[in-house]
Amino acid sequence: MSALDIAVRLVYLAAATCFVVGLHLMNSPATARRGNLLSAAGMWAAVVVTLAIILASGTVTPVGWTMIVLGTLIGTGAGLYAARRVAMTAMPQLVSLFNAVGGGAAALIGLHDYLRFGGPAGELTAAATTAVTLDVVIGTVAFSGSLVASAKLQGWVAGQPLLLPLRGAVNALVAAVIVVAAGFLLAGPGGALALLVMVLAALALGVLVVLAIGGADMPVVVSLLNACTGVAVAMAGFVIGNSMLIIAGALVGASGGILTKLMADAMNRPIRAILVGGYGTGDAAAALPGGAGEGVRTIDADDAAIRLAYAGRVIIVPGYGLAAAQAQHELHELAELLEERGVRIDYAIHPVAGRMPGHMNVLLAEAKVPYAQMREMDEINPEFNRADVALVVGANDVTNPAARRPGTPISGMPILDVDRAETVIVVKRSLGHGYAGIDNELYTDPRTRMYLADAKTALSALGTAVKTLVG
Amino acid sequence: MVPGALDDLTVFLLSLLVGFEVISRVPATLHTPLMSAANAIHGVVLVGAMLIAVTADTPAGYALVLVATAFAAMNAVGGYVVTDRMLQMFRAPRRADAPDRTGTDTGGGGDR
Repeated sequence: MSALDIAVRLVYLAAATCFVVGLHLMNSPATARRGNLLSAAGMWAAVVVTLAIILASGTVTPVGWTMIVLGTLIGTGAGLYAARRVAMTAMPQLVSLFNAVGGGAAALIGLHDYLRFGGPAGELTAAATTAVTLDVVIGTVAFSGSLVASAKLQGWVAGQPLLLPLRGAVNALVAAVIVVAAGFLLAGPGGALALLVMVLAALALGVLVVLAIGGADMPVVVSLLNACTGVAVAMAGFVIGNSMLIIAGALVGASGGILTKLMADAMNRPIRAILVGGYGTGDAAAALPGGAGEGVRTIDADDAAIRLAYAGRVIIVPGYGLAAAQAQHELHELAELLEERGVRIDYAIHPVAGRMPGHMNVLLAEAKVPYAQMREMDEINPEFNRADVALVVGANDVTNPAARRPGTPISGMPILDVDRAETVIVVKRSLGHGYAGIDNELYTDPRTRMYLADAKTALSALGTAVKTLVG
Repeated sequence: MVPGALDDLTVFLLSLLVGFEVISRVPATLHTPLMSAANAIHGVVLVGAMLIAVTADTPAGYALVLVATAFAAMNAVGGYVVTDRMLQMFRAPRRADAPDRTGTDTGGGGDR
């Protein structure tokens, strides 16, 4: 073992330690940022020492160096630009996009080594070929699946589950193609053609599985695909014999799996049910008395402002509509106006408010909402019956009382008990459906008033009305 | 090769077990940042993308190196930066007298 080898091993060990400790520090808000920085430092060290390895190998051609430098520059530029410039509302789809390219990179490493060393006349061992197969399949599924998830969150692909006829049969067929192609690869006679078939089938599988899942379940899906990418990276580590990839990949695979479970539990949905897909397409949607539009009472800015200004206690329920309209600043200004009048304000935050757990907290924190006023669902639910007004801004499914009854698409999902407040004011652009694609019974409740407007416009108008009417 | 493969398998299994234990009861607020942080960590695939250049000597090989390093660098750099941006919400609370409007959100018309 040369001195360089020893040094490399030690740096990899240190980097792995940084990843583990950094991830552990993410358990608590107080240390989370430090944890992320520590993990970034470990990454930096691992990349630098890898440069030393390839310099020492002496076999990288000038073109090869150009590719490394060019690729790293392009990727760094794109990553920095996207991470810095994208609005916080678009964060979930960005994470999914970064996950997609990570999975793609892992799959490409497997492809490269198989094309270079594998095949019928190749020198890859059975173990390495197995690793290539797993790496390419899992990485490719994570790549295409994450891209579809990202497009759904961005709204480029409809959030509704796309349920093709014979879906189960088609998926089984695609999976069978993957298995057969993998068999050809492992048995030896496959070569590049079997590899190509396997990649195409894996691309299709990722797309098909995620398309069939409703938009409301995307956070769980992205988290699961994140864990898949971790496993693919570990497999790439087996392929090229690099312990750094194996450790980091396995770490992310396992912790990502746990996190997926935590997220699914927060939404009270079994992971298996999510993967089967079809959430948000229940027939029960039609079973609303009167249908949408009937029995709905609207309210104007002045009336709503008076109810808010003379309330003792207001609980604000922010949802995706608020995020989409970028109206968090207007909301906070209105809340401050009310607070100056002595109204007690709380923000009730559903575990999946926005598009992901914690998403809404980020948006509100950005508008300088005090951390103490952001209350989690379990803590705030018992307090709704003591609230004079529940002001719902752009939240839909998470307030729908239908979830308490069996037989609806959202049955069993924990909801915010806004219908227990004395008055409910709902700010919403239209009477359209939420992510689950069903009518909200809250809107026809006699104590509910609908303020149909864009969140930004509505909240500004409410603020102005509070100032002019009640000074 | 076989002893090496066994070493790798040992490391893999132990790392899995560490991964299962490393996060515990996390508040829901931290779910997304935690996912994003884990997502950044698998950006270490950049190390692998660089290493395949050691044996790349064909146009196809070079193309794979280029795309793999670009993908992996985007994953790593973007992942850490966006996680840090999310975690800025846990800055020590300041009593802001007036809400300033220097939020980072200027992009994207929200109306859709």
